Amino acid sequence: MTLHFKKESFRDDFTFSNSREAIRRFPFPFEKDEYMYSVNIEQHMPGPAKSPFEFPIDIDEHYVAEMHDRALVLKEDPGRCQSLPHMITAEWDLVELLMESMAKHYPEHFQLTRDGDAWHWINRPLGIDQRFTFGDTATLPHPPMEYITRQCQGDFALLDQRLGNLWMDSGMITGQADWSLDFDIGMNFMEWHAPVPLAKDMGVFERALKFLLNLQQGRPVRRLNWTMTINPRLDTSPENYDKWGRDRTTVTPENVGDKVHLRVELQAMWRLPRSNAIVFSIRAYMISMNELVTVPKWARRFHRVLRDVRGELAEYKGLSRYRDTTVAWLARYDDGAPTSPGFAPD
Amino acid sequence: MSGVEIPVRVTEIEQATPTIRRFRLARTDGGTLPPFAAGSHVVVLMPADGRTIRNAYSLVDRAEDGSSYRIGVLRTQESRGGSRFMHENVVVGSELRITMPVNLFPLFLPGRRHLLVAGGIGITPIYAMAEALRRTGADYQIHYAVRGEAHGAFITELRERHGDRLRLYRNDRQEILAMSDILPNQPLGTHLYVCGPAGMIEAVLEEGRAAGWPAENLHSERFQAPPSGNPFSVRLARAGITCEVRCDQSLLEALEAAGVDAPFLCRGGACGQCAVDVCEADGELIHNDHYLTPAERAAGKKIMLCVSRLAGRELVLDL
Repeated sequence: MTLHFKKESFRDDFTFSNSREAIRRFPFPFEKDEYMYSVNIEQHMPGPAKSPFEFPIDIDEHYVAEMHDRALVLKEDPGRCQSLPHMITAEWDLVELLMESMAKHYPEHFQLTRDGDAWHWINRPLGIDQRFTFGDTATLPHPPMEYITRQCQGDFALLDQRLGNLWMDSGMITGQADWSLDFDIGMNFMEWHAPVPLAKDMGVFERALKFLLNLQQGRPVRRLNWTMTINPRLDTSPENYDKWGRDRTTVTPENVGDKVHLRVELQAMWRLPRSNAIVFSIRAYMISMNELVTVPKWARRFHRVLRDVRGELAEYKGLSRYRDTTVAWLARYDDGAPTSPGFAPD
Repeated sequence: MSGVEIPVRVTEIEQATPTIRRFRLARTDGGTLPPFAAGSHVVVLMPADGRTIRNAYSLVDRAEDGSSYRIGVLRTQESRGGSRFMHENVVVGSELRITMPVNLFPLFLPGRRHLLVAGGIGITPIYAMAEALRRTGADYQIHYAVRGEAHGAFITELRERHGDRLRLYRNDRQEILAMSDILPNQPLGTHLYVCGPAGMIEAVLEEGRAAGWPAENLHSERFQAPPSGNPFSVRLARAGITCEVRCDQSLLEALEAAGVDAPFLCRGGACGQCAVDVCEADGELIHNDHYLTPAERAAGKKIMLCVSRLAGRELVLDL
């Protein structure tokens, strides 16, 4: 598949937008007209052609621009990429997973040649041609996880498994929805989920953890999560709250269509072979309200979901300041007609 | 439910001790086998006459080029068929199937020092763990108890790789692996791993606890062979299937024989993957696993298919 990479920005002038094809393939996360937490984990199996689920690692038209944005974030704040020393084997596992997947599914853009431990990696969109020794950190310009995640869309956390729990001991987190690797590093699954309202009482985390502890090699899983972002900004981190927090106060009935974005995270999890760690990838997709309402079913459904979402959830996701304005705007696109089951456009 | 299966061919068999054989397994299609984390096991599926025997074996190592795995199999006196099949029926060229590696005995990677304690066949996961620690330059010691030189299938290889990090205890020379010599004066953050006969594991863990070690620093792997018992009948409430569990069969094996694709990972009572909800039990649940909590056992709402049974007439499961 040959992709055409857009030149666009996720900050300052915010020139990010989706092509018609990108809108059609957007991973709309609501299969019903209402939303509540669930352990919505499914096998990460190949999905329909051209969908974000077609391949294990999805590369799209925003690839080059997103990698440029990541480099800018890291230049300002190298702490967005951290790894505890015992995670080095997991880092190499991640190099293998990402390079193999990208090269296999996007051969026009990426190429991997392996001869024992002598590897040769070509990344054409970013103009990289690298020979290195697998397992020898000194042969790469960055540590292995940083090296490959500077070249792959999505945030990545590497979770060590020990004592019947998962520990966030490594990660590249530059496009996050208001959580901090610097704060969470070294925490376990229950600790880093502690701020999430409601779900704890529902037993969601106990069940999810038990499931993940038995995650098997060769059988990755995925789930979708969502939030909203004002302006198509990838880096909505606590570290930069001063830069984006105030954006939430700028939504008016006139600019909802441009400014308000639904942000969906395709979260996929793999058991890594050498380290027994789990990689947790968080691939963010954004769509403006103007783009979303070009799909009538999604416009109707998202209006209903956002109108009815519980207060604690809206507060946790940071929607409260602009929810009413956005719901009023979306109401124009909801004629009350029934919506068909499932995620896909009609 | 049981996951990906890989067809393999036996390419080498070595009578490593009077009772242990080592088998080298390569993919029948000539491809590479996945890397694995030290402490992992695979389940080997053996085509015995009319049935499939499934036994879990720890992975010893993977060839540098990824072309093969090695496992070690002890010929047990009370074999339920698996180890006897491996010793008597499997020859070079035999075709078997294995599952993907699963790790229920992982190294505690941030540990400052690692004490690996093995007895007899328990060396198989310990061998892989020692190799992983050697490669990462970690601080570790191996304490390995064997009956005699002829019984230590792995002694020569271990000596070559680990030099004086290996301490050998030969029963025939009255050398005793005494935990009272090993446990004291270890730095904070030391982790101990033990694999071997059940009695040895219990004794080592008990001495560790008695010496004040935190439970989090003591690791063991116990694969329980499914105990036999009286026959009983099992009914699957949702699937509408009823079958009999013979005295020498586990519940999981009986369901598999009836064509049910039941969940499992370790088949030894350790991982919890095969825990299912009990709808009704006309009799007493005999829990033989190491997974359910005492409260869960007392509640009688769950049972692990791989090792546990019913002493009674009929068990109804939510499957």
